[in-house]
Amino acid sequence: MNAPETPAPLGAVAQTYPLTLHINGSQHDFKVEAWVTLLDLLREHAGLTGSKKGCDHGQCGACTVLVGGRRINSCLTLAVMQNGKEVTTVEGLADGNQLHPLQQAFIDHDAFQCGYCTSGQLCSAVGLMNEGKACTTGQVRELMSGNVCRCGAYPGIVAAVTEVMGIPGHDDPARPFQPGTVPA
Amino acid sequence: MNPITYFSAEDVSGALAHLYAGVDANAGPSKVIAGGTNLLDLMKERVMGPQQLVDINALPLDQITPTPDGGVRLGAIARNADTAYHPLVRAQYPVLTAAILAGASPQIRNMASNGGNLLQRTRCHYFYDTTTPCNKRAPGTGCSAIGGLTRQHAILGASAHCIATHPSDMCVALAALGAVVGVRSSAGERRIDFADFHRLPGEQPERDTVLAAGDLITYIDLPPAAQFARHSAYLKFRDRASYAFALVSVAVLLDMGEDGMVRDARIALGSVAHKPWRVPAAEAVLIGRQVDETAFAEAADLLLAGAQGQGQNNFKLTMARRAVIRALTQAVEGTHDNTEELTDDEASL
Repeated sequence: MNAPETPAPLGAVAQTYPLTLHINGSQHDFKVEAWVTLLDLLREHAGLTGSKKGCDHGQCGACTVLVGGRRINSCLTLAVMQNGKEVTTVEGLADGNQLHPLQQAFIDHDAFQCGYCTSGQLCSAVGLMNEGKACTTGQVRELMSGNVCRCGAYPGIVAAVTEVMGIPGHDDPARPFQPGTVPA
Repeated sequence: MNPITYFSAEDVSGALAHLYAGVDANAGPSKVIAGGTNLLDLMKERVMGPQQLVDINALPLDQITPTPDGGVRLGAIARNADTAYHPLVRAQYPVLTAAILAGASPQIRNMASNGGNLLQRTRCHYFYDTTTPCNKRAPGTGCSAIGGLTRQHAILGASAHCIATHPSDMCVALAALGAVVGVRSSAGERRIDFADFHRLPGEQPERDTVLAAGDLITYIDLPPAAQFARHSAYLKFRDRASYAFALVSVAVLLDMGEDGMVRDARIALGSVAHKPWRVPAAEAVLIGRQVDETAFAEAADLLLAGAQGQGQNNFKLTMARRAVIRALTQAVEGTHDNTEELTDDEASL
């Protein structure tokens, strides 16, 4: 069941598919091959390079964007599968020159070092807030576990996200953090 | 990724028609895509190479609805996150909520479909590494895992051709619950008991399930399980506390009388075999017994009868036995290790 490696015949033009996306509030039309991921479309076709290609396998979260307000890994979906959808990337979080509260909190809390994971962390945190499941520091940690930060800025990230969510930035001694525990 | 063509189906018959067109020699093998979280990853790694994708996301298969018998029907393309958090599932099948939320990341759970969760492939390193022999990926080339890195591999039901495990958390709960998988094909509709859905590797490890080309999962039915809802548990052991596949997981359900006797029991182990592992005798031995560690240990030993380590995964023999005993002990109290009930204040936030 190895993937067939037969190249397309010489001179063959790959079929392209028209699609429309509403990205950060404005409509964009594209014509792309079926195998273009949403991440590659955003970066290579829409010129929005804020979303990062860290692992390209859904393991690092650097490509996280919001589709219809839900956070997803844009590397693990095809652009053609999102036709007609509303996509929000890190470029769409600020309101003009007014940073999104999470962006300001990331600055205030030193929530990044190299910054490569930051756009994914921000979009993931917006998704987390939309989901409304995290109510404690531990739950924020667990529900942000799809976003890896190799600089190890996790304490700053947790401080920034909890501040914006208005929940205590420390564990409640009465409810000690149990790694791997998900609010349900 | 290989060059592929794409078809977005508008209804089930349109999807089926394109699946058949896809197995035509001219069009090459076609695959259904829903969430895409596993398939696209495998296509990037060139482990799988369909030439056509049939997108079923526009089909009306995303509903979660009560069934007339008191159970619940999960649409095939309902997302894992929506399933885990659905009020019907949370109320009637807390073990399923716990199992789903123990797996993957929030982003992936938002994308991954229920049907796709059943069809996800093993995470065996050698299956992913196209430079090594693998009978599941390239039938007849051999199994690199045997005698290799086996930390995550099977201790039950393996064959000389494949020692891979099924990686799903969700499927372990579905196995314990005795779910039924609804499948459509050009021949009509059929229902497959969950115990019969996934295969053991035998001589054909390339076949994970009993599905044939041209089959489409349309729903998963959960039978009524009110008798188990108060005494269930899902336990998962992994190398990292979050966002990691299980080394061993276990779903247990107990139906307990007021006298403390077990009326019925279900135990399913995950990440120990090519499919979620259930043994009727291990469940039967608990019926009519008082819950105590002796009874639980007997059940664990029956469930693990014939288990054999591959070297690096020998620890699973002990881990699985202890996991079963601990999960049964917790099920008496009705607790789930990996989920946390929100307080009333939090739930209203």
